[in-house]
Amino acid sequence: MRVSIALLALFACSIAAAQTRAIVGGTVHTVGPDGTLEDATILIEGGIITAVGSDVAVPSGATVINASGKIVTPGLFTPYGQLGLEEVGFSAGPNDAAQHGDEFTAAFDVADAYNHRSTLIGVTRIEGVTSALIAPVAGGGEESGHVISGLAAIVSLGDQPEKIDKRAAAVVVNLGESGASLAGESRAAALLILRRALDEALDYGANRAAFQRGQRRDYTHSVADLETLQAVLNGSTPLLVNIDRAQDIEALITLTEEYGIRTIINGGVEAWMVARDLARARIPVIMGPAQNLPGNLDRINARRDAATVLANAGVTIAFAGPQSQTHNARNITQSAGNAVSEGLDWDAALEAITLAPARMFGLDGRIGSVEAGKDADLVIWSDDPLELRSYAETVIFRGDSIEMRSRQTMLRDRYLDPGSETPPAFRPR
Amino acid sequence: MNRTVAALAASILILCACDSGAPPTGSDQREPFASRYQPLPGTTTLLRGGTVLTGTGERLENADVLLRDGKIVDVGTGLTADGADIVDATGRWITPGVIDVHSHLGVYASPSVDSHSDGNEATDPNTAEVWAEHSVWPHDPGFVAALAGGVTSLQILPGSANLFGGRGVTLKNVPGRNVQDMKFPGAPHGLKMACGENPKRVYEGSGPSTRMGNVAGYRSAWIEAAEYREEMEAAERGEGEAPTRDLRLETLAGVLEGEILIHNHCYRGDEMSVMLDIAEEFGYKVGTFHHAVEAYKIADLLAEADTCAAIWADWWGFKMEAYDGIRENAAILDQAGACTVMHSDDDIGIQQLNQESAKVIGAAARVGVDIPPERAVRWFTGNAAKSLGIDDVTGTLTPGKMADVVLWSGDPFSVYTRADRVYIDGALVYDRSTPESNPVTDFSLGTSSLTGGAL
Repeated sequence: MRVSIALLALFACSIAAAQTRAIVGGTVHTVGPDGTLEDATILIEGGIITAVGSDVAVPSGATVINASGKIVTPGLFTPYGQLGLEEVGFSAGPNDAAQHGDEFTAAFDVADAYNHRSTLIGVTRIEGVTSALIAPVAGGGEESGHVISGLAAIVSLGDQPEKIDKRAAAVVVNLGESGASLAGESRAAALLILRRALDEALDYGANRAAFQRGQRRDYTHSVADLETLQAVLNGSTPLLVNIDRAQDIEALITLTEEYGIRTIINGGVEAWMVARDLARARIPVIMGPAQNLPGNLDRINARRDAATVLANAGVTIAFAGPQSQTHNARNITQSAGNAVSEGLDWDAALEAITLAPARMFGLDGRIGSVEAGKDADLVIWSDDPLELRSYAETVIFRGDSIEMRSRQTMLRDRYLDPGSETPPAFRPR
Repeated sequence: MNRTVAALAASILILCACDSGAPPTGSDQREPFASRYQPLPGTTTLLRGGTVLTGTGERLENADVLLRDGKIVDVGTGLTADGADIVDATGRWITPGVIDVHSHLGVYASPSVDSHSDGNEATDPNTAEVWAEHSVWPHDPGFVAALAGGVTSLQILPGSANLFGGRGVTLKNVPGRNVQDMKFPGAPHGLKMACGENPKRVYEGSGPSTRMGNVAGYRSAWIEAAEYREEMEAAERGEGEAPTRDLRLETLAGVLEGEILIHNHCYRGDEMSVMLDIAEEFGYKVGTFHHAVEAYKIADLLAEADTCAAIWADWWGFKMEAYDGIRENAAILDQAGACTVMHSDDDIGIQQLNQESAKVIGAAARVGVDIPPERAVRWFTGNAAKSLGIDDVTGTLTPGKMADVVLWSGDPFSVYTRADRVYIDGALVYDRSTPESNPVTDFSLGTSSLTGGAL
């Protein structure tokens, strides 16, 4: 069964755009208004979902994928990491997520470095992850780095020609302890650097012509940076802020409201302590549900059920964190499952790894749920996708199922038989 | 149970350890920094009607486990015990306590500020003279978090900056005032060694800067240790003068004597193969390779050498020597009959070694390899105890062993399952239903995570 689907997918690639496909018989968690549908049919045409429901007829000639007894969900969205920006983390050449030069801050765009051929992409997508935010990181420590690190992008992990779904998805900023290390060892200075950048961008935006005529003061930021920040000031690009301590988050809420900008928190270990304020200010939080220890003094009030506290207060949440990003972005299902075990509603946990991040970055019109009109990024699971022993059986991007193969499955297949007498380099592949 | 009874139970425990031929225990005054661990008071407890994974590879349905005087007394069906605290385990699962063979709790304590960096004596490629126990801060909140994950015993190791990083220490996960209060009675010492990238990077210029430099460093040290040992033995026979006592050589000689177990950080299959040959050259045994990301490539060699591979489920790619990590590593090792151990090296990972193992089960199922729960549980119980040399007293639910037991809310390989109760030496040290009675280390006092905070 699976072999035939894979073969079909191979042959069908070129004509997928025109062909109708139907996924039938599965339990579909739409993460949309239809909720969960039993024995449902999903119709796909031209890579777009055209119908979802329990009473949808399959047109003759459609390619049918039988998902009975299986679970179908939207493709998963890893909302923070460096996929395609770093191949090997340490002592192995440049990490394109960090830049230590002095010329640019906000305008530094990691999308220009994104390597869609990275081995991490295959490893990640065969586990059901279809979309990823890729973010710049600050150098930090003794190296130079910037409070404003640069632009994040949203990428699709599929084989379709266009890999980048959204450029300028967010401007990444470091406040709190991470900001202090980049701003002369005080978090107050980091805030000041951010304010100065926003103020300069305001001034520049209102006086572009004068600036170009040389009739305006010099700015500490480049024109490219100030142009980038215009989109932050007009609300079209959010700030994605690395921050943990509750007091720092309170200061961030003040700044967000003062400038009328949009802000998303990444990390947010103590965000639960100001959950109501975050809900009121409509500031979402990307967090690692497993982060229950004080990794530093900004995280002293870490608690394991923080996701539940935030969700109950009405804060939009998505899951990343050290346990489930970049090389192991696939572990967002484990993060979501852990949040459920600490009281989060199962549907809310699935939303946190699908629709919620899509909404945070303005892509919810295209991806994140199984709804007519959206891109057909879908996963068929052996069982409950949040369970550790479940696995993705079929992953579909824009209507096309991918080959379930990665460098890791190739290593696995080479060594699966420990009794093999053939030297590894000569084994079938 | 009052204090006297608790002390009595402790002394029985120590006696039993001696009877089983374990190394000197906490009661032995010749042992420096001897264990002063005392089990907490416990009552006779009957866990009734659960699914029991014994840690020996067996699974019993609707079974009971009886704990008395700090020991596992009986495992079976229809057990009774007068005056026992009866715990209804219907729908719940019972396993031996979780054992982590690779932790840095206390030596890289939370919060991980510079002041808490006590795990690497990065001053010389060979610091076999240092003991991790002298860095352990018992107030690390990580111990309590690990307890909530079912961890009853753990080995604290020095870091991997050095070829020889120093001695590790095995602890009972009962926070005390000092490390001696926590030391696992009778557990052998471990020696941390490290292959590959770390030692060759740290001493560039003053120590090894290549993998071949690493190997020369190990071999030179073993030659020196063998000479030291011979001179010591000769002096004991009255032949010649004993050499000046040397802490570094004492540790290495202890390995050659077979008293100290090797815990060797080593990622690549080819490097592990070289380390096995070095052990053969100098007549010692590699007890366990840690972080053995490529163990699956040499599963047969490890099985043959009776060397354990302690691994993560799926960490990979964070450095070049970890690039070939695959989720099926543990599955391939286990199928090959190698001693497979799930370890953490991480203050979060230690809380979910059961979950990490479950991911391997799922990955194996994808390629048609069935690993039942009763088999996988050994990776963080029985096999881990073997790696630490404490399998004669804990690690399985075998009558006579320490009553180190976890009662899980359900199948421990489900992400939704939590440890409901954790017993160490028969004492209830963690109960999820009564947060107010669970331990809190000094550092956590005054943090609102403790009380649920104030919104």
